[in-house]
Amino acid sequence: MTPFGGLDLDRPAAPLPERDQALGLYRTMRRIREFEERVFKYFQAGRIPGTVHQCQGQEAPAAGVCAHLLRTDYITSTHRPHGHAIAKGIPLAEMAAELFGSILGCCRGHGGSMHMGSPEYGMPPASAIVAGGVPIAAGMGLSCRRLMPATVVACFFGDGAFNNGAFHEGANLCAIWDLPVVLVCENNFYGASTHVTTVNKIPRLAERAQSYGMPTETVDGNDVFAVHEAAGRAIARARAGDGPSFLECLTYRRCGHSRRDQNKYRDHEEEAFWLGRDPLDLARARLLDDGAATEAELETIDRAAQEEVRAALDYGEQAPQPPGAEALRDVFWEGSE
Amino acid sequence: MTIAKALRLAITEEMRRDPTVICIGEDIGTPGGWGGAFTVTWGLEREFGFERIRNTPISEAGLIGAAVGAAMTGLRPIADFQYADFMFCAADQLINQAPKMCFMSGGRTKVPLVVRAPVGASTRGAQHAQSPEAWIVHTPGWKVAVPSTPYDAKGLLKTAVRDDNPVFIFEHKLLYGSSGARKEDHALEVDEPVPDEDFTVPLGVAAVRRPGKHITVVATHLMLYRALQAAEELAQEGIELEVIDPRTLVPFDYDTVCESLGRTGHLMTVEEDTRRGGWGAEIVAEIAETHGDLLQAPPVRVATYDAPIAASPVMERFAVPDAARIAAAAMAMVEA
Repeated sequence: MTPFGGLDLDRPAAPLPERDQALGLYRTMRRIREFEERVFKYFQAGRIPGTVHQCQGQEAPAAGVCAHLLRTDYITSTHRPHGHAIAKGIPLAEMAAELFGSILGCCRGHGGSMHMGSPEYGMPPASAIVAGGVPIAAGMGLSCRRLMPATVVACFFGDGAFNNGAFHEGANLCAIWDLPVVLVCENNFYGASTHVTTVNKIPRLAERAQSYGMPTETVDGNDVFAVHEAAGRAIARARAGDGPSFLECLTYRRCGHSRRDQNKYRDHEEEAFWLGRDPLDLARARLLDDGAATEAELETIDRAAQEEVRAALDYGEQAPQPPGAEALRDVFWEGSE
Repeated sequence: MTIAKALRLAITEEMRRDPTVICIGEDIGTPGGWGGAFTVTWGLEREFGFERIRNTPISEAGLIGAAVGAAMTGLRPIADFQYADFMFCAADQLINQAPKMCFMSGGRTKVPLVVRAPVGASTRGAQHAQSPEAWIVHTPGWKVAVPSTPYDAKGLLKTAVRDDNPVFIFEHKLLYGSSGARKEDHALEVDEPVPDEDFTVPLGVAAVRRPGKHITVVATHLMLYRALQAAEELAQEGIELEVIDPRTLVPFDYDTVCESLGRTGHLMTVEEDTRRGGWGAEIVAEIAETHGDLLQAPPVRVATYDAPIAASPVMERFAVPDAARIAAAAMAMVEA
């Protein structure tokens, strides 16, 4: 595979959505990037416990897909869930508090980075077992079909999930039952340190997904407008009751797999190509070129995101820590909804 | 009424009562098919349709995962395995997902899920024979029911469906009373009248199946009936077993067992799971720790020997406890 990873560089650029939407996509990505960068600094400084899997560079799939979702729609996510959670609308302060293990976190300190979620925003705890969320998404699709017609599920996972049985079992259920699920594969070319070409005879994952009998598409996952356009088709299809789709977004981590990973296993040419295509820079250039936004407008968005993230992390760090015995709560359902 | 029919009645009543209840499993809802491996869901699709009686491919991880996802978003799925042995294909969903979602969400997501699985050796060899309750008993977040009578089967399943947490129901192949082509060789007849009315059996309340004053025997499923048979035989020798059916393993009714021990001073567990790390070990350890003063002799565990179950009926009969082994253990206990 080329350093482009099969990216179709000749494909014409997706049309910009209308101005508010286009700026919204940029804003979501900027909020994710700011959050992740600041969280990384806190980790480096030892101020946040545990581990963290970040998504700098992979903001476009989260933003582009979730822009089509209502609060009542659902997503499932993975061990790398911050971007999805932000794009689905979970307040940054609640997420930050969760990272600090506070009782005010969106999972009351029980979930942490890898199980970020909030039922209020249609996101159950992210599953940190690779591909574990795919059959779960199928089941959420069953609920949508039976209880909430026109509601849909976006199921996020990485290229690493593709060779796990749970992915195939879940994808097949989505297909045979025509479930309103969009399978969003963030193909960042690495399952931890293992390159996608070394573990897939056919590394174009969309090609393999096609065998389940659902429409598939491979898009530039660093171009938020391309993701947004393709996701729009897939989600409209799901909403109309026409069944699942598979959307492969080619993207790239600008960070390590987890907190101390230095990416020493990556090919330099590949890295240079992809790191030169920062999704924030691409979106910014496109918005300016097309006259959809001015420098000043984008800077206002950037500054607001910076401020929001700073305040969120401050809040999270100061939020009260739980008493230890909180560890024994919520093993079983205790409350009413 | 047989256990299979009692379970089917419970499902029927709950599905009529609550439109969010669905069934999901392999070989269910196939016209002309079996109604699951042991006929429990037979014919339900005629009343409830294929949307609510969902037949799945042979995808245990897929179907349990789907049941977890559905349960988190408003449905109340009853998922079933053809054989309990197959649950290990869905281990991630059963151990990492279902019982942890409520917890990981900080108590903000409920998972009203029922999983049913047939246990017990029935001359099918090592991979269709296990009684793996202990794996689930060990995992925080599950409630575990082990009905052994038609009345309990109906009442416990209805309770499980209404519970807002994952509840695992282990059922025994030789107790179902499955009929026709799905009839089991060497099955027990455990028919009893079961009321048509809406009743439930609470989790965590044991039933004393036979009173006695010498040994408190805690036994489930087929072993319950073999313990009762042993009790019958020993009664002629003047040894009285008090046989307790715990009905659920999580929560476990220690009160009833300890009350009995206060009179007998002797504790025996009888299970069809292999002995090492089985649920009997947990009951014995818990009582030794917290109510050791009640024990006048070391407790005894009767269980399947620590080996896979052989296909040979002779070897299977050797490995799994029978009434004679239970009686011999009881004799040794009172004579010690």
